[in-house]
Amino acid sequence: MMRHLISAADLSRDDAVHILDTAEEMARVADRPIKKLPALRGRTVVNLFFEDSTRTRISFEAAEKRLSADVINFAAKGSSVSKGESLKDTAQTLEAMGVDAVVIRHGASGAPYRLATSGWIDAAVINAGDGTHQHPTQALLDAFTMRRRLVGPDEGLGKDLAGKRITLVGDVLHSRVARSNVDLLHTLGAEVTLVAPPTLVPVGVEHWPCDVSYDLDRVLPKSDAVMMLRVQRERMNAAFFPTEREYSRRYGLDGERMAKMPAHAIVMHPGPMVRGMEITAEVADSDRCTVVEQVANGVSIRMAVLYLLLGGNEPAAAHTRTEESK
Amino acid sequence: MDTQETHDSGVARPVLEGPDIARVLTRIAHEIVERAKGADDVVLLGIPTRGVFLARRLAEKLQGITGREVPVGSLDITMYRDDLRMHPPRALARTEIPGDGIDGRLIVLVDDVLFSGRTIRAALDALNDIGRPRAVQLAVLVDRGHRELPIRADYVGKNLPTSLRETVKVQLTEEDGRDAVLLGAKPASA
Amino acid sequence: MSKTLIRGAKVLGGDAQDVLIDGETIEAVGTGLSAEGATVVEAGGAILLPGLVDLHTHLREPGREDSETVLTGTRAAASGGYTAVFAMANTFPVADTAGVVEQVYRLGKESGYCDVQPIGAVTVGLEGKKLAELGAMHESAAGVTVFSDDGKCVDDAVIMRRALEYVKAFGGVVAQHAQEPRLTEGAQMNEGVVSAELGLGGWPAVAEESIIARDVLLAEHVGSRVHICHLSTAGSVEIVRWAKSRGIDVTAEVTPHHLLLTDELVRSYNPVYKVNPPLRTERDVMALREALADGTIDIVATDHAPHPHEDKDCEWAAAAMGMVGLETALSVVQQTMVETGLLTWEAVADRMSAKPAEIGGATGHGRPVSAGEPANLVLVDADYRGEVDPASFASRSRNTPYEGRELPGRVTHTWLRGRATLVDGKLA
Repeated sequence: MMRHLISAADLSRDDAVHILDTAEEMARVADRPIKKLPALRGRTVVNLFFEDSTRTRISFEAAEKRLSADVINFAAKGSSVSKGESLKDTAQTLEAMGVDAVVIRHGASGAPYRLATSGWIDAAVINAGDGTHQHPTQALLDAFTMRRRLVGPDEGLGKDLAGKRITLVGDVLHSRVARSNVDLLHTLGAEVTLVAPPTLVPVGVEHWPCDVSYDLDRVLPKSDAVMMLRVQRERMNAAFFPTEREYSRRYGLDGERMAKMPAHAIVMHPGPMVRGMEITAEVADSDRCTVVEQVANGVSIRMAVLYLLLGGNEPAAAHTRTEESK
Repeated sequence: MDTQETHDSGVARPVLEGPDIARVLTRIAHEIVERAKGADDVVLLGIPTRGVFLARRLAEKLQGITGREVPVGSLDITMYRDDLRMHPPRALARTEIPGDGIDGRLIVLVDDVLFSGRTIRAALDALNDIGRPRAVQLAVLVDRGHRELPIRADYVGKNLPTSLRETVKVQLTEEDGRDAVLLGAKPASA
Repeated sequence: MSKTLIRGAKVLGGDAQDVLIDGETIEAVGTGLSAEGATVVEAGGAILLPGLVDLHTHLREPGREDSETVLTGTRAAASGGYTAVFAMANTFPVADTAGVVEQVYRLGKESGYCDVQPIGAVTVGLEGKKLAELGAMHESAAGVTVFSDDGKCVDDAVIMRRALEYVKAFGGVVAQHAQEPRLTEGAQMNEGVVSAELGLGGWPAVAEESIIARDVLLAEHVGSRVHICHLSTAGSVEIVRWAKSRGIDVTAEVTPHHLLLTDELVRSYNPVYKVNPPLRTERDVMALREALADGTIDIVATDHAPHPHEDKDCEWAAAAMGMVGLETALSVVQQTMVETGLLTWEAVADRMSAKPAEIGGATGHGRPVSAGEPANLVLVDADYRGEVDPASFASRSRNTPYEGRELPGRVTHTWLRGRATLVDGKLA
């Protein structure tokens, strides 16, 4: 049984579909006058953020509060994060306070895995993004958004994304969102294509369960969903690409390019968007763009994950690689 | 619905068969119309899984009697259960509240078996988070006794005195392929 | 003078013989030896090798005595069968002056467990900018001949050229830590399939190989010799093989861990596997074994790198790089090279004793096991099988990647110039 959520790669197809189905029910709570469920009453959840991420933090916080959990926000940024001691010490402090789950965002890849397997803490660990490794709830909310849009909220129940063609565009190298999405979308039966300049694709990508292309225009007509990844401007200074303008011209999504996509295809972005860089305002504000839905869906997915990990006397869903160390 | 009733028992004896179930639902529908003085503001909410099918059947019968469409929906009580922490998390079922909501309406909760009363307690809590009905009533196909909370049904298909060593299982065509209420012995290992 | 008679030892893995030690010297090697009043050690068919020599040890003193001292490090060395170790210069302060190297040398003499030969820094403060006083360190009591900025690469080509040239005056050698700094900014592990998946900064093989290629060409150009520290990739092997075939005076070392472990272990995110250079792939491991067997790689060196618990009990990115190795080196070599049929015990003696002593100029070490030679010897029970228990280490640090792993062989006795430093696996 899944005790932690560290990597999207840990989820089986059935686990993932179960989470999406649960999220579908959670989504309906948002329409009620009282947006609250008692499932996690008396459970304490800590949002342990070693990196700034207001969006992810408030999304988890909203999910936790809607499930009636007691929420503690711990912004560790600014404390001596670079010292390894601080993660362990912080973990043990939280353990002593009797927390049931730790939602962790950390700049170091593997920090949540380490937290879950090191014996520092007994609580369930939910990875809210670690370095350039994984961001599993982001992948789940993206898959949830795709299933709702491309299959349907009710028609999608119990179904995966078999045969859907998903294109991820941008800085794959530094993106935990890309890694999580490739793992999860592959598990759900989708066909994934990564599009990026060769400098922003990791060495070793040939072993990933996806295709890689350097030509966005050729991939767009064969895409059911196109996810634009954020490109940080500082990458330009590290010679990953020559200029912002050249990047936009080759890998940015504008109205003209969007017109090459099939009529039903959607445009996604994990946010925050760099308008003008990877996406033009015209695309970002079009009704094919699901950015706002993704935010709402994020709360539903996180409610589902929290409920399935903490709602019972033991977690629901199936195997993870972290389980063996338990 | 309490989990005990879902266990398959060794030898199960039918206590109600298809025609009996149709007959008691018709009777309950008439009782609802009578007690609710025409059932103008009735909303039927079935408790998943089988309570939902029973609620739909009742709604049809009410429409047959009154000539008006009766709003029907479902109310998932999973996250309101008092034994949530005693099992792995259960899959959630659908809560479907009819368009006009439940405020000021007469809610009739519909379930297959009334046993400890804990399910209905959870349903009352769930309702509380959705709105404020004028009144709440309860209709069940079978009341098998052994209440653990001060809860009673307003409409009962059949009172079925049971021992705690027995199981009651309701089968409905929509879910199980046939209509029946089965009384059996609890498996020794249970 | 006390005498010791080692009875029934397979000298260099050959037939069982007796070895008689008189004082600091081997008096006789033969069969049916006896000696009045000698301490008798029944070898029972154990392997007798010349005392091992480690050209690459971090003893941490001065400056990081919380992880190791010269005393604890030399005790660990004796436990692992070593009679001489070369102490790397990246201490605090850096061993870039005659004063610091003499201090380390003196502490080694006082410890008595193992000879300690300090390595001097190539550049002041290991900063790669200005040559340290190499001549002064050579002329000091420590008599330094090996110079290295290990932990950092001498990446400036001009500085490297000058160092290679300068040490020719007194027969010194520069031991290069080959790591192109720009290509390894933020690097956390071998760049490849596993790093792509784990999202850890990639450490490309080419960062090592490009420096080795440059340095063998520099050595050729200036007619000096160069030693390559902890060679870790199949590509590096090819470059060194090419250089040797061209007659370039290059020697190279490999660590035990690079002969056994791969980057797949990093999937655990356990920093005990974090090391510089990083663990590579299975293909690299096989190439390194082959190169050690055919002599392309000359020696095994431990890169024994002690770190305190807290520097490893943390998330990967924050952890220190390095592994302790003195007490497990011979077992790992037995498993990866002897039991695979790649090396005989005689060849192990060459790679772990004779050659490193020759490269580093450790006189009296790495000598043949024969009459008249210094009695620097180690007795190995090669039939032993056991799990590695870090709690039993003599080292002050416990950062071993082998905890709980079964490794073959056990060093039972070590003699430093006739004096037993290890008896029945216990430090004397």
